[in-house]
Amino acid sequence: MAEPATATQAAAPAVALLKDELDIVIPTIRNLDFLEMWRPFFQPYHLIIVQDGDPSKTIKVPEGFDYELYNRNDINRILGPKSSCISFKDSACRCFGYMVSKKKYIFTIDDDCFVAKDPSGKAINALEQHIKNLLSPSTPFFFNTLYDPFREGADFVRGYPFSLREGVPTAASHGLWLNIPDYDAPTQLVKPLERNTRYVDAVLTIPKGTLFPMCGMNLAFNRELIGPAMYFGLMGDGQPIGRYDDMWAGWCTKVICDHLGLGVKTGLPYIFHSKASNPFVNLRKEYKGIYWQEEIIPFFQQAVLPKDCTTVPKCYIELAKQVKEKLSKVDPYFDKLADAMVTWIEAWDELNPIGPVPNGKAA
Amino acid sequence: MSLAIKDDEVDIVIGALRSDLTTFMNEWRPMFSRFHLIIVKDPDLKEELKIPEGFNLDVYGKPDIDQVVGSSTSILFSGYSCRYFGYLVSRKKYIISVDDDCLPARDPKGFLVDAVAQHISNLTNPATPFFFNTLYDPYAEGADFVRGYPFSLRGGVKCALSCGLWLNLADHDAPTQALKARQRNSRYVDAVMTVPAGSLIPISGINIAFEREAVGPALVPALKLAGEGKCRWETMEDIWSGLCVKVVCDHLGLGVKTGLPYIWRTDRGDPIASLKKEWEGVKLMEEVIPFFQSVRLPREATTVEECIVEVANAVKERLGSMDPVFARAAKAMLDWIKLWQSVGSSSSRSSAV
Repeated sequence: MAEPATATQAAAPAVALLKDELDIVIPTIRNLDFLEMWRPFFQPYHLIIVQDGDPSKTIKVPEGFDYELYNRNDINRILGPKSSCISFKDSACRCFGYMVSKKKYIFTIDDDCFVAKDPSGKAINALEQHIKNLLSPSTPFFFNTLYDPFREGADFVRGYPFSLREGVPTAASHGLWLNIPDYDAPTQLVKPLERNTRYVDAVLTIPKGTLFPMCGMNLAFNRELIGPAMYFGLMGDGQPIGRYDDMWAGWCTKVICDHLGLGVKTGLPYIFHSKASNPFVNLRKEYKGIYWQEEIIPFFQQAVLPKDCTTVPKCYIELAKQVKEKLSKVDPYFDKLADAMVTWIEAWDELNPIGPVPNGKAA
Repeated sequence: MSLAIKDDEVDIVIGALRSDLTTFMNEWRPMFSRFHLIIVKDPDLKEELKIPEGFNLDVYGKPDIDQVVGSSTSILFSGYSCRYFGYLVSRKKYIISVDDDCLPARDPKGFLVDAVAQHISNLTNPATPFFFNTLYDPYAEGADFVRGYPFSLRGGVKCALSCGLWLNLADHDAPTQALKARQRNSRYVDAVMTVPAGSLIPISGINIAFEREAVGPALVPALKLAGEGKCRWETMEDIWSGLCVKVVCDHLGLGVKTGLPYIWRTDRGDPIASLKKEWEGVKLMEEVIPFFQSVRLPREATTVEECIVEVANAVKERLGSMDPVFARAAKAMLDWIKLWQSVGSSSSRSSAV
């Protein structure tokens, strides 16, 4: 299990589920060679490439893929002054791809993530598993000890109330990583050789009221249900922090999902994460975050959204207000971030003019 | 990272609902033989128990139960609830309990799973209920906390309860098993995880372990269905007990883990025949779950006993009028605490009965 899969063609599905309803969003600053390995699984789908860094550089997309590509010039042109909310020199820029997509579902993956193998040696079609996760309900109100009850060979256990067995719509599917695990810089420094070789054959719903650290390297979500909450914040160039983009989006998303009665799943699928980023560079980026998260976590744990926030954008604007009120005292960065959150929603509304789909009841 | 646990800190408590324990004991011998065992015979069981030689054990039956507990209590230590008598008289720090129709499982590599060792490992490593770690147990070999996990929470809290799982016959309710008659659980999920604080979970009594000194009184033999039977499909006592434990643990800042170890549960019983009996339990859950989700314990309740008394009073107040089974459960919980205080807990008392 310590190598990525090679025979992916054999594992390609006969039918590409949701092929006209899902966009694959990939941020990149280098190249897209990794796509070659994913070809049998990804080729039926439309790609949105968000090119970070120097816009004058040409990123070559392998032949045969249907894609649109945006560099910084495109982002500035399309959003005008609102482009200030999109990070530069950080993979957080990927959320621009969510905004310009016209599809119902998004799958996002990093360019150093390859196809993993399951314990039997078979290549894992991560996209297919994410789709299965998104298309089956979540069960956030009561924990099922046999994990995802909708999976083949599983079900609800004794004691699980029947009234809760229909579940709720799944807003996001959070996948995991074999090989290089998603550790923070201090852990990477202490355990430079640790590799994740444990294949945990489970998908589970993260209970309502519980927060988790959402990693953006292998993530899928229902854009119609939760898209506006997936803002990856202000990171990278000119910002005091990095590597907290996906974390921020995950905490906002989870609070909103809990409020609106939507589900978030974690577990399968695994991808094979090949590149360990430089822990010293990471430490510098994360440094402030390590202290700030001690304030941020209680903030999100205690955040309450009013009953009249019945749509994601309304919830998000309310959260932005609370960030400004409660986190600005931690650092002026949060004041800027709160403003950027509002700009994001304004930009989202501009690019997605049809009103948001009303989702669920406010908790 | 776990603390070393001494063999004499563990009691393995088995509720015997079947008389012939020969196969059961022999199959578990490699895992059980180091430890002291308490076998409690279901008072309704007429036949003599058949137990193989070579174990360090104490056996308790109806006469012992009557002598210790007498008529001072409304608790019925019958059926699956007989094991709670074992919890009461144990003087050890940790208890591990499996149903007598369960055998050691094999992992995907074919090795026998030492469920006892795994439960002990779960109990002696911290739990992390305040934030979900996406790589599951951060203290497991080859794992750790992921990026974004607050450092102040990485010390964890004490794990008071460890809930294991089941291969082959999973713990489904009768309607589910009847519908999927041939479904057997063959999925080995290689993970232990902490159940987040504030989340409730249906804790099956089939394969559990706990720190008796930390939460013993919270495992209450209280909810007895009117038609309770001798198959797990015909009971809800462990589910009720587990909800009490979880609420208490959440209040006191203790952890509950779920996942490994697996045991192999042998095929037994007829789910369709059980349907009629357990339907009662299934209906009750619709009231039980919202109740436990909304129970709030006062700040002044700082011990397990105080917490259980609070829950019992809330049960009487809010559920008592809904169904007599709840009023009885509330009374049983209060009786249990009284019993625990007089017979159980204090390790300076002799264990002789």
